[in-house]
Amino acid sequence: MIEVKNVHFAYGERPILTDVSFKVDSDESVVVMGPSGSGKSTILRLILGLECPQQGEIIIDGQNICAMKERQKQEIRKKIGMVFQDGALFDSLSVWENVGFYLLEHTDMPLDEIGERAVEMLGFVGLDAEEIVDKLPEQLSGGMQRRVAIGRTLLSTDPRVMLYDEPTTGLDPQSTENVLGLIKKLNVEKQISTIVVTHQIADAISIASRFIVIVEGSVAFDGSLDELRDSTDKKVREFLNPFRESFNEVTERKFI
Amino acid sequence: MFIFSVKLIVATFRRPFYFAETKEQMYHIGVGSLYLVVLTGIFAGQGFALAFSNELADFGAKDYLGRIMTISIVRELGPVLAALMIAARVSAGITAEIGAMKSSNQLSALIAFGIDPIQKLGVPRLLALLFMVPALTIICDIIAIFGGWIIAAFIAHISTTLYWAAVKERLIFGNLFIGILKPIIFSFVIAFISVYKGFSAEGGTKGVGKATTESVVLSSIIILVVNFFITKVIFSLIKGYL
Repeated sequence: MIEVKNVHFAYGERPILTDVSFKVDSDESVVVMGPSGSGKSTILRLILGLECPQQGEIIIDGQNICAMKERQKQEIRKKIGMVFQDGALFDSLSVWENVGFYLLEHTDMPLDEIGERAVEMLGFVGLDAEEIVDKLPEQLSGGMQRRVAIGRTLLSTDPRVMLYDEPTTGLDPQSTENVLGLIKKLNVEKQISTIVVTHQIADAISIASRFIVIVEGSVAFDGSLDELRDSTDKKVREFLNPFRESFNEVTERKFI
Repeated sequence: MFIFSVKLIVATFRRPFYFAETKEQMYHIGVGSLYLVVLTGIFAGQGFALAFSNELADFGAKDYLGRIMTISIVRELGPVLAALMIAARVSAGITAEIGAMKSSNQLSALIAFGIDPIQKLGVPRLLALLFMVPALTIICDIIAIFGGWIIAAFIAHISTTLYWAAVKERLIFGNLFIGILKPIIFSFVIAFISVYKGFSAEGGTKGVGKATTESVVLSSIIILVVNFFITKVIFSLIKGYL
């Protein structure tokens, strides 16, 4: 279980998050939404222990990640997989080296075996392994890169939680559908908890059961789709208004 | 930057050791900078020899050219020119590469996969520079002194035997010590600045460009400043060996 508790975070003098609190239970699928620059991605970096808040705590399975030494953090990170914005694939490594990166770095497994497992994982994430396995990330489309990044994370550890930072931004509709399908598949079939950061309302609705809206660094909303639609909070409505049409397209009840 | 440099030094002695990355960087820095150092050495050596031979001829001391060339090149010109050339080429590359990795979240991804980016990216570059800057400096020295001989033999009409005898005479412990110590220190300067600037680059592509420029400018200036202080301190410490 992940708990973000009264978190205040600033980059230098610039405040990013102000008193943010929420919990994510096992198997839950949560979407964190909000306008650009509202601090959504920062929340994921805090959960992974890449940054530490100036105030408040990030509790993972009852332990404050920021109070841990780097080695302990590493153990916690084995339970959390992160798919960074744009995939963050290592551009000097081939696709199979990216997917097998963790095994190459942390195990003595023979290269052949790592290659086989990478190919298997590429198949799992819906890619034609034979075609792309020796290519460099720059030779892949955006959607393929995101799926390779998901495969890399899954082969690295055995994550119980997956964090996705803007997984569909900049993708065409077909690639978006493929990536969202994969996120849902992992959540349902492998019972991996999911926290997705996005500002794509349609994507959010299709993958999550719970929605958190961050506006100006604070939690403006935390609840279900119905509660989100009925929210009278001024900040939430201001954020959702531009997406009214997408919202109405994917929900039965109209958002007015 | 001081704290970062200490972290980089500490990481050098910590497992795991990235031998393959270090070898790759040594090739990239060493072989990639060779043509620069050779061209710099030959033309700087010839230019110096030409200027000095004319000046020395006025005093009837042309035979001292080999001596002057050796002292100025081994102690000063070789280390500084080689380091400046390497700084211009390598520090820009290191900062740009690490900065681009940072802006595309690859550094965060490394941490997420249990890898210390300083150890994986910084240490191999520091070690490669530590081996390659002295090696390239020695090559630069040899080429520059050889360039001086071309001028001595074909333009200044100084006896070849005399030139090389004077060179040999000044290749003594003190000069060689300074000539090797300086590039070792310069390699730390280039590594600390270029790696730090890459890791601290902010603001996307524009930020990486800015960090790259700062890296080259700062490395070059610090090399010149450090060179002066090394000469000053070492000169007083080992004066008897010079």
